[in-house]
Parts: sequence; structure tokens; C-alpha cells
Amino acid sequence: MEKILVGLKRVVDYNVRVRVKNDGSGIETDGVKMSINPFDEIALEEALRIKERGEASEVIVISVGPSEAQQQLRTGLAMGADRAILVESATPVDPLSVARIFKTIIDRDGIDLVLLGKQAIDNDNSQTAQMLAAIWGRPQATFASQIDMQGDKARVTREVDVGLEVIEIDLPAVISVDLRLNEPRYVKLPDIMKAKKKPLDQVALDEFDIESAPAIKELTFEPPAERERGVMVNDVAGLVAALKDKGLA
Amino acid sequence: MSKVLVVAEHDGSVLNPSVAKVVACAASIDSAEIEVVVLASNVGAIAQEAAQLEHVSRVLTIERPENDYAIAAVLAPQIVAMCSDYTHVFGPSSTYGKDVMPQVAALLGVNQVSDIMAVIDSHTFKRPVYAGSGLATVETPADSIVIGTVRIASYSSVAEGNSASIESVDVAVELPTHTRFIELKSGASDRPDLQTSAKVVAGGRALGSEDNFELIYKLADKLGAAVGASRAAVDAGYVPNEVQVGQTGKIIAPDLYIAIGISGAIQHLTGIKDAGTIVAINKDEEAPIFEVADIGLVADLFNAVPELTEALD
Repeated sequence: MEKILVGLKRVVDYNVRVRVKNDGSGIETDGVKMSINPFDEIALEEALRIKERGEASEVIVISVGPSEAQQQLRTGLAMGADRAILVESATPVDPLSVARIFKTIIDRDGIDLVLLGKQAIDNDNSQTAQMLAAIWGRPQATFASQIDMQGDKARVTREVDVGLEVIEIDLPAVISVDLRLNEPRYVKLPDIMKAKKKPLDQVALDEFDIESAPAIKELTFEPPAERERGVMVNDVAGLVAALKDKGLA
Repeated sequence: MSKVLVVAEHDGSVLNPSVAKVVACAASIDSAEIEVVVLASNVGAIAQEAAQLEHVSRVLTIERPENDYAIAAVLAPQIVAMCSDYTHVFGPSSTYGKDVMPQVAALLGVNQVSDIMAVIDSHTFKRPVYAGSGLATVETPADSIVIGTVRIASYSSVAEGNSASIESVDVAVELPTHTRFIELKSGASDRPDLQTSAKVVAGGRALGSEDNFELIYKLADKLGAAVGASRAAVDAGYVPNEVQVGQTGKIIAPDLYIAIGISGAIQHLTGIKDAGTIVAINKDEEAPIFEVADIGLVADLFNAVPELTEALD
């Protein structure tokens, strides 16, 4: 296998407690720490391990997003990716359009495996990998917790609602990764220096000749209904009494 | 008028309980006509179950050997081939629905509304973003088909007792063979199903070992409850992945949720915020789980849980 393409989305960091803007127009992102979507980081780690085992020769990271997504791509290069592509768009891009952009890159660069996070932790859509597989007409393995490359095939264990499902897919293919696939490496300072010299191609979104998808409009945002803090009991007897009081025991 | 096609999740022989909830969501669209499609290698019993669901006017079946196991690349083109008369196609936001529905959307050239938690009107929906830290009201284009997955914890099952007609459909599409099912490793147990049980007892990392999780099982058995766990407990190998509750596990809405030794990270809380009563037992009085608990007990779980199990009759 030659080339692995990994998608890296720039999102609000996992540890930030996000809140809805007071006017309901969106989520507060000003001055908030941004990071690689954690699932995407796991996808990149897996790609690097596949390459380090000699089962692939190049790992390419791609992001569709604002100019600042260069930071996340540089982090990806510091982790060990060979080159990066930023498809620049100041406004958010819908999942189907992202899939179509990835498909264009696949056709141009000849990609054997696409590794993506199973969802981005901002919109929680969980769509891009499946959409890409559909329009590419290639296999998908979503929610992967183990990937074994076997020449022109891969055997993938998927985390599904009833347990673990094992499937075999022909390459090229799209795999979306789950949390337990691996633990991503930490980036070391010399790697950050080295990453500055690696190629990062910037392309404007409108240079892509993709069919525009009808977008789903986000009209308003509201905070979720707060649960009220309940009562504290002192001991198990108090807990049992409280449960009986509610008819639950 | 809206005409909704519901894609029926099943395990090859039994209809998944999520279908009755997806139908409930579809039925909340004004004057919607609802039909269900069952894709299986043997549709008989599954279609019968679907036909009993209230609000369903017709069950369509596609019986092919290729549908023996749910493979998105196999199912999606068949759904696409028969959905041109519908205004909406809905599936559950389970791993089954998440796997296949975006493929259907992409083949139709539209985006998908993921995790519908409320219907405002036929093209306007509410859905959670940022692990439920925000609720977005979204609008789909008026002139294109709506593809959506339904957050099943947001809906109660429709009643049974209906007897909709069942008709088989032929779809002449070629199906790929590039994806092959090998095996399913399931920790199937006799305990109630986590996703639909009225009571759930869940344990976290504080349990400390797989053996200690026995405390959770004993309490769950006493209550007739399903067993759940935090991500940390699953990562530590105390319990299998299918019992994980939270943003990346299952989103549940039991009447009673007892969180034991679970600190309550936002990603966990997003999985239980629709629970009726949340009980928390934790040694750390600062644990965020207490901010959402209806009943809290600061205690060492190794003392409190056996005592609670004993005290319940």
C-alpha cells in the first residue's frame, strides 16, 4: 500500500467547557483553545503505525477549514505525517462537501486508505467517512477499534451497539476510528522544528470544482435544560428512603 | 404532506426496539404517512413485528441473501432505489443507523440531520451539538428529501396492536461484495438491555477491577436493572465496550440511573441527561456527578453498594 489520507478537523479542545452565546447565534469560540479533533488524532496515530510497520509509504494529512487550521496540520506533521493539505474556507463546510473534496484529492493523488475520526466533537455529525465511502463506491469500516492490514485487504474490528463486529474489506477503503483503537503519541520539540520544513499545500475551497450540496441551516442555538441539583443523603438508609419516596425501590 | 420511510434496524430475526421510537419521531411530523422498510435475508418475523407498530401504514420488505448481515454499502443502494416517493427517510441514531444513513444521504446528494431530538416542523429539527452542551435548531432545504437519524433516548416507543399491510419490493440494483462480515463477538447476557431498560446501574473507574464490578452486577440483579459503565471503566477493561454510556457510547433515558464511582465527565453526562432520577454514589464530594444527581451519597462504594444491595428487597 502506498498512500494513506487522514482528515484532521480543527475543533474546540476536548477539555473546554463550551457554552452557547447569549444571543443564541452559535457556540462561544472566541479565545477558546482549539485542537485536532481527538478522534482524528487517533486516525493519524494509526496511519503512522501502519507506515512504521512498513505497510504504507506516505501519510498525508488534510483539513478543510479556516487558515488557522494550519496549526493543527503542523501538529499532524510533527506527529509524523509526510505532507499536509489545507483546503481553506472561512465559513464552515458541510459533511457532503468535505467528502467530495476528499474524493477529489483521492482521484488526484491516488489514495489507498482514508482514515477519519468517527465523529467531530463539535457538530457530532458522524457523517463524513460514510459519505466518502458512498460516493467513492468503496468499502467502509466505521467505529474501528482494531485494524489489521492484510495486503490488499484489511480486517477491522468495529465497536457496535451489541459488541464487537469483525469485517473484512478490500482496499482502497475508508475507515472511521473509535477511541480504543490506540493512544496517540506526544509530539516532541525536535519534531515540531522538523515539521516546519515539511510541505503544507494551501488551496482555496473555490478552486475545487465540486457540486455544492444543499446545506442544512443552523437557525438558533440554546443551552440544554439544566438538571437541578438534588438532595444529598447521609447514609444508605437515607438513600433507600429517598428511592422509596420516589417509588423506585 | 410528508411521507416518511423508516429503515428498520434488526438483528436478523428480531426487530430492534429503536424502530418503535423512530416511528414515534416520524409521527410527530404533522399528518405524516409512515412506512417501514425491512431489509433482511429472511424478513418474515421482523416485518410482522414492524406491522404491529402504531402509525405505520405499510411495511415494505426487501428479501435478499445479501441482506443477511447489515453492511452499509449493501443496504444503502437498495434504500436509495426505493425511496424516491418519500419526503423523509429516518433511521435510528444507533451504530446501525449511523453506519448506513449517511451513505443514503450522500448517494441522494444531500446532507443528513443527525440525532434528531425534536421535530419543529417537517423541515425543522432540534439536535444536540458539542456533546449536548448546545441544542441547535436546524432547517433542511425545502425542496430536497430529508435524511435523518433519530436520537432514540428522546422518544417513547409507539404502541403495538396495529396490523399494517406487508408488501415485498423488488429493487434491481447490483450490490458490492467488497465488504464481508466475519463475526460478531457479543457479551450477550441475560440482563436487561441497556438501551431500553427502565433501571440502569453503572460503574466507573473507582471499581478498580473486573472482579469488583461484581458489586455492580449484584445491585443490578436485585433491581432488575441493566448494567452500564463509564468510558474509564471500559478503557480499563473492567467491562466490554457495549455497556459504555456517554457521548461515544450509548445515550440512554432510564427512569432510574445509579452512578457508582463515576466522577461525571461532560461526555458521560451527555449520555444520561434524559434519565428520570439520577443517583450518585461517590467518595469525592466534589465530583461533578453530584451537580446533576437527584439523590447524592458521599460514601466509599465498597461499603455503600453491598449495604444498599442488602437493604433493597
